[in-house]
Amino acid sequence: MKTFAELGFPGRLIAVEGLDGSGKSTQIYLLKRWLEVQGLKVFFSEWNSSELVKSATSKGKKRELLTPTTFSLIHATDFADRYERHLVPLLRAGYLVLCDRYIFTAFARDTVRGCPMDWVRGVYRFANLPDITFFFRAELEVSLQRILSGRPQLKYFEAGMDLRLSSDPYESFRIFQGRLLERYLAMSAEFKFTIIDANQPIEKQQSLVRQLVAARIDLKQFARESAVHTTA
Amino acid sequence: MPARNPKANLRKALPNKAGVAVPEIVVPQPRPRSFYGHGLPNVNPSHLQGRLIVVEGADGSGRSTQIRMLVEWLEGSGHATVQVGLKRSELVREELEQAQQGNILSRRTFSLFYATDFADQLENTIIPALTAGFIVLADRYIYTLMARDLVRGMEEDWVKNLYGIAPIPDAVFYLNVSPEILVQRNFAKNYHLDYWESGMDLGLSRDMFDSFLKYQALISEQFHRLQRIYRFTIVDGNLPPEEINRELRRRIQAVLMEKRPDTPR
Repeated sequence: MKTFAELGFPGRLIAVEGLDGSGKSTQIYLLKRWLEVQGLKVFFSEWNSSELVKSATSKGKKRELLTPTTFSLIHATDFADRYERHLVPLLRAGYLVLCDRYIFTAFARDTVRGCPMDWVRGVYRFANLPDITFFFRAELEVSLQRILSGRPQLKYFEAGMDLRLSSDPYESFRIFQGRLLERYLAMSAEFKFTIIDANQPIEKQQSLVRQLVAARIDLKQFARESAVHTTA
Repeated sequence: MPARNPKANLRKALPNKAGVAVPEIVVPQPRPRSFYGHGLPNVNPSHLQGRLIVVEGADGSGRSTQIRMLVEWLEGSGHATVQVGLKRSELVREELEQAQQGNILSRRTFSLFYATDFADQLENTIIPALTAGFIVLADRYIYTLMARDLVRGMEEDWVKNLYGIAPIPDAVFYLNVSPEILVQRNFAKNYHLDYWESGMDLGLSRDMFDSFLKYQALISEQFHRLQRIYRFTIVDGNLPPEEINRELRRRIQAVLMEKRPDTPR
């Protein structure tokens, strides 16, 4: 597997990964704002957001119809739709593409649910690697606290209730998140995750994220057409 | 009264008081089963004791007629049946239909959408039915999906891995009908050709008639290639339906009696 840069795409893909409540969505939002303010070509894409597929996914989740295999495949369908209709064309057009969750989310979740790792990786083999993958690592208790204090009503699949880990949704959520964290850490080296300490203040994390992005990507190249003219 | 020796069941009739002969029902014996690849989490293939019979072929090849006749015969012979087919899942049927109307999804997305539809029926219908000892009749199976994907340029390894979740059927019949006859049958039925069955998304020709012929030839080519890998039975779909059905029954009868699978991977 290769990154988009290695494959000669003019665009760059930055992904964030982490447990629910690790603060990754806040961080990628702030990164997006910073890039936009500079007048750069930016596109943001979120896991499980393709319009058409979403209706099937939410139906499946509501009716608790999903098995580990269909859970995996429906998210792969969502990903493929976004990947082929948005991500790849925009990367070819020289955009900075920001992804809130990428294939690693599937690698972690689907295998915790019991799908074989080889099979899941095989399904996602069409996807190239991000140019930067930030992994927001918070203490398990910290991310649990953030989710459990903000949204006391845990959803069935979010809490991993389908795994029958515990009849108590909170306990189930804890065990599920703990297993996800193990999976993420196990693939961290292989996929060159850039680990950010998510226990730090938001500003401190964001400052680090921006420095790393600026150091690894030549941002000037991503200026919008109009921005090029005004600076020229 | 399950007989130990299945051969003893053949043609044996027990007379009752009214003098009506009630033929003894063949009780299929357990036979080994496996998946094409990794299989499904939490599913033990040795529990899948029913029989899985697949009928493949293009639209207009006579699949549904054959399946209807097989259901008649099987139920008449005392076997419980369940039918599955493509785009029939509760999970994504409507969305898939909608996506096809709009023609807005990429090839890979369609492929995965169909795989999701298949997996949903596999886990919610096929697996429970086989576990309960039903005869499952599949109106198309993974081979159609694979052939469509391959014609659209998906990598063979990718497709094979994807459908490694599928149990290996006990019998697979491919109703082979020449594209020229398919055209005639489709017109006789609907007076039009289906956009997808004509492969219009591939841009083979702007003329739908031409496209249909070219696309069906490509699919048929893939089927013949897949046949060499998966060893399914090619049936001449140009023959009269009754004649075809006799052939299918003969082969299914053997599958019901036998222990050893005759469809190696």
